[in-house]
Amino acid sequence: MTHRLSPFLAVMMAVGYAFLYGPIASLVAYSFNASRLVTVWAGFSTHWYVELMHNEAIQHAALISLEIAVTAASGALLLGTMAGYALQRYRRFRGRALFGTLVTAPLVMPEVITGLSLLLLFVALEQAIGWPRGRGILTIAAAHITLGTAYVAVVVEARLAAFDRSLEEAALDLGARPFKVFLVITLPLIAPALAAGWLLAFTLSLDDLVIASFTSGPSSTTLPMVIFSSIRLGVSPQINALATLFLVTVAVLVTGAGRLMRTRDGGR
Amino acid sequence: MSAALRRRAVLALPYAWLVLFFLVPFLISLKISVAESVIGIPPYSALIDTAGGSWGLDLSGESYRRLFTDDLYAVAYLNAIKFAAVSTVFCLLLGYPLAYGIVRAPRRFRSLLLLLVILPFWTSFLIRVYAWIGLLKENGLINNVLLTLGLIHQPLILLNNAFAVYVGIVYSYLPFMVLPLYAQLEKLDPALLEAAADLGCRPWRAFLRVTLPLSMPGIAAGALLVFIPAVGEFVIPSLLGGPDTLMIGKVLWDEFFANHDWPMASAVAVAMLVLLLLPMGLIRRLLQGETA
Repeated sequence: MTHRLSPFLAVMMAVGYAFLYGPIASLVAYSFNASRLVTVWAGFSTHWYVELMHNEAIQHAALISLEIAVTAASGALLLGTMAGYALQRYRRFRGRALFGTLVTAPLVMPEVITGLSLLLLFVALEQAIGWPRGRGILTIAAAHITLGTAYVAVVVEARLAAFDRSLEEAALDLGARPFKVFLVITLPLIAPALAAGWLLAFTLSLDDLVIASFTSGPSSTTLPMVIFSSIRLGVSPQINALATLFLVTVAVLVTGAGRLMRTRDGGR
Repeated sequence: MSAALRRRAVLALPYAWLVLFFLVPFLISLKISVAESVIGIPPYSALIDTAGGSWGLDLSGESYRRLFTDDLYAVAYLNAIKFAAVSTVFCLLLGYPLAYGIVRAPRRFRSLLLLLVILPFWTSFLIRVYAWIGLLKENGLINNVLLTLGLIHQPLILLNNAFAVYVGIVYSYLPFMVLPLYAQLEKLDPALLEAAADLGCRPWRAFLRVTLPLSMPGIAAGALLVFIPAVGEFVIPSLLGGPDTLMIGKVLWDEFFANHDWPMASAVAVAMLVLLLLPMGLIRRLLQGETA
């Protein structure tokens, strides 16, 4: 369907993309504003980036968030790959309906519900078996693994559904053991989905405010929690600077991943 | 390892994890929603009363009684449904032409255009909501531009009201609407539209009678993906909303963090879940139809 776009459609698309990117552009522009007032342009300055470099609260929180995000994404990758594989390959097993629900429900469950109920679980566990002792990085990571598992499972399941099983069957016919087939054939073929799933779980964890607020302890303030409380105090160009750094990182990662895919596929 | 054993090994770990960290927590919330709020750590009464040597079940309907009698909860509950539903409609009005335009764009631009829709999703949600504060404030960018152009003489009140909440939800959830719509529209056979044209059908009519009905599954999936999480939204009403935009997600948050009333917060969560069970069942069906 590659007809010319009708004028109506072209205008609607322009409106759509302007809506998506206008706010982001203004965010970046004002991060270079010399004035403290986010609204008045007072000349170009990198002042807010310098202040950000000296903001220890933000840096400390960023490190905590990264630690949680790497742990959560890796745990979610393991569990989500197993879950996605089971859902795609094991058509019939007892409890499949419940398992399917448990895998997909976290995707749409409002965060306040997930956060509150996980906190109640941690408190009940602590009362019953003395673990976890208080809440902190560990409990936030466990909560984020649960959320990330759902995303990884969906991505892996979709990739497995779209893949040619005759390769696996050929390897099995040639006498390879099932685990070896998984390692040598299946895993490389679903690698892009694994990378995408890990990144998705990582980003979700890094970005989560609500679930982390419920499951955190006194010594585990994450970056979104710091950002949220500083936004509530008022608009600060430091947050704009932080946002810009965030956007640049994402843009570099996405372009890099795009390049990588293109060279891998040999320009297909 | 036998095939059956291998299956069990692959299944056991994620199954056990999800039961422990997703299913059990809901059962605990259900339990605590019928406990009594007390001062202490943790701030709720034990459900099973072991005092006096005899075991008795201690159920309290107090939280639910308040849920049904105090207007605050009903208003917040209905508000959440209203904000989520209206935002879903606006997401559809904006997202449909976007998805349709991407499908009809030249092939070489298609993946770039799609990427541009997904890209904001990869940046921080919190920061994207924050961006709107700078735009909508009384001395924000939009008011400044309108004042400079002489279109208005007094700043418009754009922030901390229902308008800002709608803008925030539509902005944040738009990609969730576009992606399933795109997936659906891409599958559409162009021959159908050509046939309609050959038979003398005008483009608008062909759209209404062919494209639109065939994209219904995508519309339903997108609408549910926006509606369900929007009902429980906390960040958007608390940063962009005002006193008249109380939503149930924020009420739950306040019951927990401000009032330390854990049983009440649990009762609100249970009520929200009951509301969402039907749409969540529907979305599971739609998503499964997709992969099966």
